[in-house]
Amino acid sequence: MTDVTTSESADRARASELGAVARFLKATEIDTRMLGMVGALLVIWIGFHILSNGLFLTPRNLWNLSVQSSSVAVMATGMVLVIVTRNIDLSVGSLLGFVAMIMGVTQTVFLPRVMGFSLGDPTIWMIALAAGLVVGVVIGAFQGFLIAYLGIPAFIVTLGGLLVWRGAAWWVTSGQTVAPMDATFRLMGGGPEGAIGATWSWVIGLVACVAVILMLLSGRRQRKRFKFPLRPVWAEVFLGTVTCAVILGAVWVANSYPWPAGTVKKYAEANNITIPEGGLFIAHGIAIPVLMAIAAGIIMTFVTTRTRFGRYVFAIGGNPEAAELAGINTRWVTMKIFMVMGFLAAISAAISTARLNAATNAQGTLDELLVIAAAVIGGTSLAGGVGTVAGAMLGALLMQSLQSGMVLLGVDTPLQNIVVGLVLVVAVWLDTLYRRRVQ
Amino acid sequence: MDQTSTPLVDMKNISIAFGGIRAVDDASVDLHAGEVVALLGHNGAGKSTLIKILSGAYKRDGGSIFVNGEEVSIGNPRDAKKYGIETIYQTLALADNVDAAANLFLGRELRTAWGTLDDVAMEAEARNVMGRLNPRFQRFKEPVSKLSGGQRQSVAIARAILFNARILIMDEPTAALGPQETAQVGELVKQLKADGIGIFLISHDIHDVFDLADRVCVMKNGQVVGTARTQDVTKDEVLGMIILGKCPPGAIPGPGAMAIAA
Repeated sequence: MTDVTTSESADRARASELGAVARFLKATEIDTRMLGMVGALLVIWIGFHILSNGLFLTPRNLWNLSVQSSSVAVMATGMVLVIVTRNIDLSVGSLLGFVAMIMGVTQTVFLPRVMGFSLGDPTIWMIALAAGLVVGVVIGAFQGFLIAYLGIPAFIVTLGGLLVWRGAAWWVTSGQTVAPMDATFRLMGGGPEGAIGATWSWVIGLVACVAVILMLLSGRRQRKRFKFPLRPVWAEVFLGTVTCAVILGAVWVANSYPWPAGTVKKYAEANNITIPEGGLFIAHGIAIPVLMAIAAGIIMTFVTTRTRFGRYVFAIGGNPEAAELAGINTRWVTMKIFMVMGFLAAISAAISTARLNAATNAQGTLDELLVIAAAVIGGTSLAGGVGTVAGAMLGALLMQSLQSGMVLLGVDTPLQNIVVGLVLVVAVWLDTLYRRRVQ
Repeated sequence: MDQTSTPLVDMKNISIAFGGIRAVDDASVDLHAGEVVALLGHNGAGKSTLIKILSGAYKRDGGSIFVNGEEVSIGNPRDAKKYGIETIYQTLALADNVDAAANLFLGRELRTAWGTLDDVAMEAEARNVMGRLNPRFQRFKEPVSKLSGGQRQSVAIARAILFNARILIMDEPTAALGPQETAQVGELVKQLKADGIGIFLISHDIHDVFDLADRVCVMKNGQVVGTARTQDVTKDEVLGMIILGKCPPGAIPGPGAMAIAA
């Protein structure tokens, strides 16, 4: 009997609590799906932390996780647009490999040997990066043209691209690995030098917090101007506080990860600093590739939500015929999407080349699947019309967390693949259930 | 109605074929300012196809289109909108995954000084126009897929009249509506007509449109059976045109009628 009463009262308590939760969600206008993803991420993190006896949630591991996620996260922001318009891009991994080769050869062979640049010339990294970006955009434009104007299905064009660009990456150097990269170029890959240090990390964190607060304020002012319903003040304060806390918390984590002793020693010798008793603490700060990924995420979020182009992308995904009848040049929009995707693949190529300090012809193999999985786990619907950039980036982080967590636990590679595959399928299944319940 | 003035729209000898089937064959129809012309015919008679040529959804194989007496080339929906031709499609042609305001302004978004979307201004304008059409409409934040048939219809109509259309095409505008909403659409047609807008009403049901239309144009098998002023013909005669292709004395016969007579 007691059991029954307690469970009953617990149920009642839960019901009233749900009411409060629902009211809270309504007031703050938080996307429940996104909240679910964050929850899943936290569960995974804490789970790995416990299983690995406290190795997962350390500044060192989280910092590495952020760097490892950035390449896929950058591409996932573009894949959202591709999938939202009911297309797919299977070529991004191969494209990354080819562009990486182009950038590698440009900075190690073409510029120093053919054009006579001296090694370490500060323009080398810029020219190499620019060359890669141009190649990425041109290839994206070419594939987009085939899809939009010649009407070849995206699946086929990019499946062809998957083979073509992988082969092309091989041809650039007949399969030889290109190394080492230019010293400045290498900063895009992270590492002690490829991070911005404690002070600048705090500066960026504070600037981001100010930006968040200004955005909340201007949103509120806009709503007031047109007399739309406002969020309660406590909800605004709550949103601002949580967001700023997350930002500053991330900065704090990045600033808690010190340079390895060897690097500190070299740095101290080079700068005539005597290392004090107990070692010198020099923080990494936020890694440059992570900043690039965050910038890509912010810019792509802006593009999808605040520009005409983004609006058209979603309208095409919702109803291609209606978009066409509304006077949207759907073909040109589709071609532009693939150009953006090519550009982002080139940025990812720069990050991964810099991180490897080499360009290899196998670079980016199977990345297309990780990128698509990240976008889909992040809530992008393959039926088109639905998806967010932030969700896709969280999806990339989630996939990478799984992988690096399993590495920490010493799980065999084949088993890792099995787990990642299962998680992908289960995540999409849960999402389907969620959407059905919401409707 | 001054029938001698330059017509707002004059479509002459329009033809289009899909894979050997002549969907529209040598059809001519005109429309004056402040006039309602009903295009009637069975499903598959070619009326929707003819009108989609005017709205830019299809490219014609032959014939010419004049707007205000000047020949125009309409190759896509953007061209048609440029000439003030707005269309409410039978399928409504809404992007289901975005909200009402985004649909109203699709292809013609309001932008801020920095070139970004001015969603707040668009929503305010949407509330304004929807308030006139359908005062009970409140679901501005939801994607239109969540709306009822009548609400979706209101969005489609609002989109067409928002941008000062001069020529309005309504393809089966009341197909998804209840009696009350149908009456509302009737009122709207009269109001727009009084504003000097020319309206093509497309329907397969003569009762829907006979009282609203100034003239009827009947199509059968892709050809025009005949055109008549509604005051010169009876509903039964128009039914005869639709079903048999028989042109009554009060109507001007088209190529479709002669083919039947021969």
